[in-house]
Amino acid sequence: MHAQDRQHPAFYAVLVALVFMSVGPICLMFINSFKLDVDILSGTSGLLFMPTLQNYETALCDVLPYEPEHLDYCALKIGGSFVNSLIISIVSTALTLVIGCMAAYALVRFQFMGRDVASVTTLAVRMLPPAVLLVPVFGLWNNEFCIDKNSFVGELIRDTFGGRGDVCLAGTHSGIILVYIAMNLPFVIWILQSFIVQVPRQLEEAARMDGAGPFQVFFLVVLPLIRPGLAAAAIFAFRIAWNEYLLASALSDRDTKTVPILIVNNMSEFNIEWGVIMATGMLLAIPPIIFTLLASRQIITGMTAGAVKG
Amino acid sequence: MAPAAVIIVITLLYPLGYMVYGSFRDWDPSQTIGETDWVGLRNYVVLYGDPAFRESLWVTLKFAFWVVTIEMLLGVGLALLLDRKLRGMSVLRTLFILPMMIAPVVVGLMWRYMYHPTVGTINRWLKEVGFSGVDWLGQNALLSVIIADVWQWTPFIFILALAALQSLPSSAIEAARMDGATNWQTIWHIKLPLMMPVLIVTCLLRLIDAFKVLEVILVLTEGGPGLSTEILALRISRTATEFRELGTAAAMSGYLMLLLMTLTAAMFIYTKLVERRAQRLARLVAETE
Repeated sequence: MHAQDRQHPAFYAVLVALVFMSVGPICLMFINSFKLDVDILSGTSGLLFMPTLQNYETALCDVLPYEPEHLDYCALKIGGSFVNSLIISIVSTALTLVIGCMAAYALVRFQFMGRDVASVTTLAVRMLPPAVLLVPVFGLWNNEFCIDKNSFVGELIRDTFGGRGDVCLAGTHSGIILVYIAMNLPFVIWILQSFIVQVPRQLEEAARMDGAGPFQVFFLVVLPLIRPGLAAAAIFAFRIAWNEYLLASALSDRDTKTVPILIVNNMSEFNIEWGVIMATGMLLAIPPIIFTLLASRQIITGMTAGAVKG
Repeated sequence: MAPAAVIIVITLLYPLGYMVYGSFRDWDPSQTIGETDWVGLRNYVVLYGDPAFRESLWVTLKFAFWVVTIEMLLGVGLALLLDRKLRGMSVLRTLFILPMMIAPVVVGLMWRYMYHPTVGTINRWLKEVGFSGVDWLGQNALLSVIIADVWQWTPFIFILALAALQSLPSSAIEAARMDGATNWQTIWHIKLPLMMPVLIVTCLLRLIDAFKVLEVILVLTEGGPGLSTEILALRISRTATEFRELGTAAAMSGYLMLLLMTLTAAMFIYTKLVERRAQRLARLVAETE
């Protein structure tokens, strides 16, 4: 006991250093996002500066400098990359969860042909780097999975949505969403399986005895019980879709690009506007940070379910 | 199950087959694959002789090796250090998982700012202490990229190792203590062997993910200077989107898949062996009770 007491000061020093190292860069970015570029570049004082919201304004607003009435007017970038990011990640997360929990339930509870194959495939697919997926999906979405512009369906779609060439998945929200669902499904199924296994069979049988159909058993008995698992799965799926850059950049066009693409495009320019980039980065980082603070327990359970039970 | 199977087949398995098929063709993205010429193994052979491709393969292996080694050592070390009943442990863990949740693109930009030769935080601090600045994104680019990845992913190993440690049978550790084992001996002979199965799965997951890293490097160094940080994933995406040589890019993906499958298979076999040893140890511990 005594020996441990004497260790404490050094131990706490290590602890503080660790927290500083892991959170420090994030705090630095947070602080810098409120600085003008002049303050960032002069670098004389870390904390003595006038905080400004100008960077966030530039990141979020469309300023139209040539029209006087727009000078002081912040037109939110509706349809801009933030909205694209939101649409793509929310829709893909929701769909992944719906499909994933049904698939996981089927894998755990039902005997059917090819069950083991399906189980192994979901595991193997986790191995796939997005870069490997890039080449074929790029080709398929641009050329092969297109509907001929002169066919009946193609004409119908073009009459409704407009456009000139063949109707392809590339450059649409659905094209990106589809890829994200596929990327996330194996992982979601994997996490949810380990939660569903823990649901006692007797509970389901009791519900069935009371006259509940299979869907009622699933939605009213099983789903509420695995809520923490669903939360963990949702956060992981959202995180991937919200943060992904490579596939989004290859499959999107001007109107469907997401925030990570915006950041990378601004980075590679010659003169980097640090303040605006950091503000954009902060806006991109905020949703995952909030999730982490709210649901860290679920996240950790989800992670350990992935490795410890894998 | 059916919808999941349909989606996985359409968006993963079919594209994979399509990729393998395309790697045997002179594939230009403006044509449908039916219109392209069959070239057999030419793409693979050309790549095999290409020094730039070999270089990026080598960079990828170096990156993956160092990243996984450093992260495993740090993560497991931290877990062993912090495995005590501590108030505020959950707050600590929450702070540690923050880096993992942040977009790789944002991580890249954060570190690009900190590595900046004159404005960057790190060099500024180094100069304040009296050192001269380091050329982070020049000669030391690979090291810088590795540090950024270590910052983001060490917590992953830390959390999993901690979870494994806390689920160890306390009787085994107490028994070792009773027999007069030092802290170090307990860690080396009891804790680590019992944790091994979890550690290996963790290591495997990190290894696989290390081959997926792309955005951090893209933002930090754009593959440069020269080819010093151009990992395979980056080269594939460049070849496909900038140079528009889909056939070559597909063949590169083929090599990458082959590499990953070999590594995974090797690790998997090793896991089975270690698991058996850990089970034997666990049985021994149970018998001594």
